[in-house]
Amino acid sequence: MFFSLQLIASRGLSPHADWLPASEWVRYAAQNLICLLALHFNQTGTSMFAPQATSSRSIFGLSMLVLSICAVIFLIVSSLLLYTLIRYRHRRGFTQREPAQIYGSTQVELSWTVIPILIVIVLFLATARVIFVTETAAKPSNALDVVVIGHQYWWEYRYPKLGVVTANELHIPVSDPTHPAPTYLTMSSADTDHSFWVPRLAGKMDVIPNKVNTMWIDPDKPGLYLGQCGQYCGTQHAKMLIRIYADSPTDFAAWIAQQRQTAAQNPAAANGRAVFESNACVNCHTVSGTSARGTFGPDLSHVASRATIASGAVPNTPQNLRAFIDDPAHFKPGALMPAMRLNARDLDAVTQYLTTLH
Amino acid sequence: MATQTQVKPDPQLQSRRGTFDVLQDWVTTVDHKKIGLMYIAYALIFLVVAGIEALLIRIQLAIPNNTFVSPQTFNRLFTMHGTTMVFFVGMPILFGFGNYLVPLMIGARDMAFPRLNAFSFWVSAFGGILLYCSYLSGFGLYGAGTAPDVGWFAYAPLTARVFSPGHSTDYWTLSILISGIGSIGTALNIVATALCMRCPGMKLGRMPLLVWLYLVTSGLVFVTISPLTAAQIMLCIDRYLGGHFFDTQAGGSAVLWMHFFWIFGHPEVYILVLPAFAFANEIIPVFSRKAIFGYPAMVSASVGIGFISLSVWAHHMFTVGMGPGPNAFFTFSTMVISVPTGIKIFNWLATLWGGNIHFTTSMKFAIAFLFQFLIAGLTGIMLSVSPFDWQLGNSYFVVAHFHYVLVGAILTMIFSAFYYWYPKMSGRMLSEKLGNWHFWLFVIGFHLTFDFMHIPGMLGMPRRIYTYEADRGWALLNQIVSSGAVFQAVATLIFVWNLVASYFKGEKAGPDPWDAWTLEWSTSSPPPSYNFATIPTVESRRPLWDRKHPEEPDELFE
Amino acid sequence: MSTAVAIPRQPIEEWKLPSRGVVGMACLILAESAIFIIFVVAYLYYIGKSLTGPTPREVLELPIFSTICLLSSSITVHFAVHSLRTGHVSRCATWLAATILLGGIFIAATAKEWYELIYHYGLTLRTNLFGTTFYSLVGLHASHVIVGLIMLSLAFIFALAGKVTQAHAERLEVLSLYWHFVDAVWVVVFTVVYIVGR
Repeated sequence: MFFSLQLIASRGLSPHADWLPASEWVRYAAQNLICLLALHFNQTGTSMFAPQATSSRSIFGLSMLVLSICAVIFLIVSSLLLYTLIRYRHRRGFTQREPAQIYGSTQVELSWTVIPILIVIVLFLATARVIFVTETAAKPSNALDVVVIGHQYWWEYRYPKLGVVTANELHIPVSDPTHPAPTYLTMSSADTDHSFWVPRLAGKMDVIPNKVNTMWIDPDKPGLYLGQCGQYCGTQHAKMLIRIYADSPTDFAAWIAQQRQTAAQNPAAANGRAVFESNACVNCHTVSGTSARGTFGPDLSHVASRATIASGAVPNTPQNLRAFIDDPAHFKPGALMPAMRLNARDLDAVTQYLTTLH
Repeated sequence: MATQTQVKPDPQLQSRRGTFDVLQDWVTTVDHKKIGLMYIAYALIFLVVAGIEALLIRIQLAIPNNTFVSPQTFNRLFTMHGTTMVFFVGMPILFGFGNYLVPLMIGARDMAFPRLNAFSFWVSAFGGILLYCSYLSGFGLYGAGTAPDVGWFAYAPLTARVFSPGHSTDYWTLSILISGIGSIGTALNIVATALCMRCPGMKLGRMPLLVWLYLVTSGLVFVTISPLTAAQIMLCIDRYLGGHFFDTQAGGSAVLWMHFFWIFGHPEVYILVLPAFAFANEIIPVFSRKAIFGYPAMVSASVGIGFISLSVWAHHMFTVGMGPGPNAFFTFSTMVISVPTGIKIFNWLATLWGGNIHFTTSMKFAIAFLFQFLIAGLTGIMLSVSPFDWQLGNSYFVVAHFHYVLVGAILTMIFSAFYYWYPKMSGRMLSEKLGNWHFWLFVIGFHLTFDFMHIPGMLGMPRRIYTYEADRGWALLNQIVSSGAVFQAVATLIFVWNLVASYFKGEKAGPDPWDAWTLEWSTSSPPPSYNFATIPTVESRRPLWDRKHPEEPDELFE
Repeated sequence: MSTAVAIPRQPIEEWKLPSRGVVGMACLILAESAIFIIFVVAYLYYIGKSLTGPTPREVLELPIFSTICLLSSSITVHFAVHSLRTGHVSRCATWLAATILLGGIFIAATAKEWYELIYHYGLTLRTNLFGTTFYSLVGLHASHVIVGLIMLSLAFIFALAGKVTQAHAERLEVLSLYWHFVDAVWVVVFTVVYIVGR
């Protein structure tokens, strides 16, 4: 509610606020209705109507205009239709043989051609503005660069200028609207088509092999933003979840510092590390400071610092980790990691090792 | 071309025939009416099959993290559901009605190329059967040899050999390729028939609007199915001959497949919807007891829709990263197509205005079509706004939108067409009582499912996911959506029962139960194999109106 | 119920409608053009994008002779139709034979070119994007030429067997429309592959 009032007050999103006052009321009503719905269903988690960044806000504003126009058109036409059906229904005792046959009217045809054309022009101009503002935005010098690589069925995140490689949980700094610090995502896929979609921050952008797409996000409040893959990519498309942590600048710096360190070498987990390095794990995974240099699967150097495993599918607990390593199909049937089928002792050791990798 | 001779029915043909003779008659027939009925029956069977697939999908999605079906099975279900509904329900049923009605409405005895007609049907039928043979193959490595699981639009490179080993993609490719040949054949027939076989006096400007719309639809088929055929040949070359059309590892482009597919895919949905408009153009005037308002505008709008639909395809690709220029262009062209579409809705409204509206079951469905198509068009406008599509594309909002068009507009109008033309095709009326049950159950179920389906899309639920997280707030909505499916299933079963039972016990229809005005109502129900005893000559757009109202024939006012 | 014939108020002018065969062939040509356009678009899109292997400039030579043959065959088939329309069946057969011969030369020249490309330059469908798009586009056209040659040969054989009469002129014209289409496509393919693409 407050949110929509704030929007009305700011009026910064309506290009035609000054000369269409009636639509303002309709838009206000629509915004409140949508917010009511969102609150009722108690999930602002992935709702496009709870934007928390510049891009998603401009989409939200435009969508309010569009929804209002469409709502008005619907009300007018459906009321006319309803009225016609009631007024001209066949009544018993209707004696006239056939009603007057009216074959057409040029003026009427012209009017309902011209008016829609005008509506189209208004809508198109409003839309084109948002398209160009979003897609041709200049990149500020303090923007953070992140390379996103989509895989079947996990997300790889690289921070080229900071020397960090991680997977599935993206940390970015919060962007203060007075001093914007957006994050620029440069994205491509290692295999099939994917799509990066975090509704509260921005519209989705496809992640396509042999093509590089870019998008930018600038959350203005710290927190966890959820999303998931938006393009069917294979069996486990449904469990290719996205978790973006918008951190305060100090938290972000601390996280980066931790991620840049070589993977922990806890002597208590030496046995597990040995199991890890002597099995096929090293073919697919990287753990810095060890012989594991595989790139097919997620980087595990700091896997214990993540809240979830399997790209957000399950919480990162030792039990889940153990079950996943034993057979990924337990949580994600069709995931490309094979069942490792280690014996119980090795499985426990490896699990323990991975839990030390903060 | 027109013949004026009298044809006497052959008494020998009326003797009782054995089952084999009947079967042989139907299998070898070149009669457009029988072929039309075969198309319709074939489509109804697949409607039930794909409907079961939809029910299974909805059961799986009713609760979060459900395990009713495995992800592999789910992915096959939605691929088969979509592919079947578009290619083996939508296209055949609409071609079936076209086959049946177009020659009758223009006063011809058959299609221009009867043998091509039969060939087209059997080729299409073979395609559908081929697709379903995929279910009979064995399970194997990651989809090997089973039903396709790549989505009905089969994006590359998911369909490449490396990501889809086995034959599931091949079933998809080949079955559609083969039935596409049938579609082109039928479209060719419709164009040749409408242009070359009209009865005397039926100038193009006097053709029923249904024939006009089928003409535009067929024209679209030529320039639409062919790109898909081409793309599928390229896919086969990639998969079997080692080509690199969509091989991103060799520099190929995944986006190229998307362009080619949607150059087919978007006009395809107009191919599906224009026949629905065709039915509306015939049914709404008859039950309003008024001529269609603005016939020339309707023709222009239909032709306009046909042409513009070829320029909007990349609105399915707004999130692909084409850049602001193409995004803006396709937003504009998609918005523009709403203008002729709106003209049609307003013309239907104007036809109802001042009329004497009879709410037969057929008309009830036509009215539902008007409301539902209005909403579908408006959600389409919303999606045409590309920034809005950046959020809602590939989400359940899109699924709700296109089901609103496919079920709420097209299937609804198909039901209307059944109630309207079944008497002509079978000689019996469908039960209005069962029709009422069918209508209300279906409308309730439809709205429960597809109205509520818009909301999860706006709350972030993508499509083609076999399950979803419990904490997203989508669970209750999905349950409501799934419950509506049950109503629709029951309604459809009532409809099928109505079709069968009325054939034996329905009230006998005469040649013209609805007091209608186009030529098909001037012959018996069902028509004889030669359609008309004498080829008619027409003076106006509504020849039977002229005959029934000689004091005020149409030609004086048109 | 019989259909009553409406009493005409004005005399009906002669009711002339287009020929089914011509309309049908026009539709087929439209559909086939769409297929070719997609292959041409793919070819144009991938020009210069091959990651490896021989380039068009290195391996392609202008097929002038075979092009002249194919385009001339349009003229000969035109004369074949004209002959039949004026009732000269044997002359028609001769022109048909000329058409088939010219078309056959075109196919033989294409086969020779492909032999060179495959065995001398090592360019196959799998080699690179150029190989894939080249063989697909030229091959699609060649397959249409072969279908046309088969149909023309059938017509020729029927003509020799004395089954073709002046009444069949329109059907032969419909076939010739297909052949003209095939030639027109070659003009486009030639331009795209041998001129633009190099």
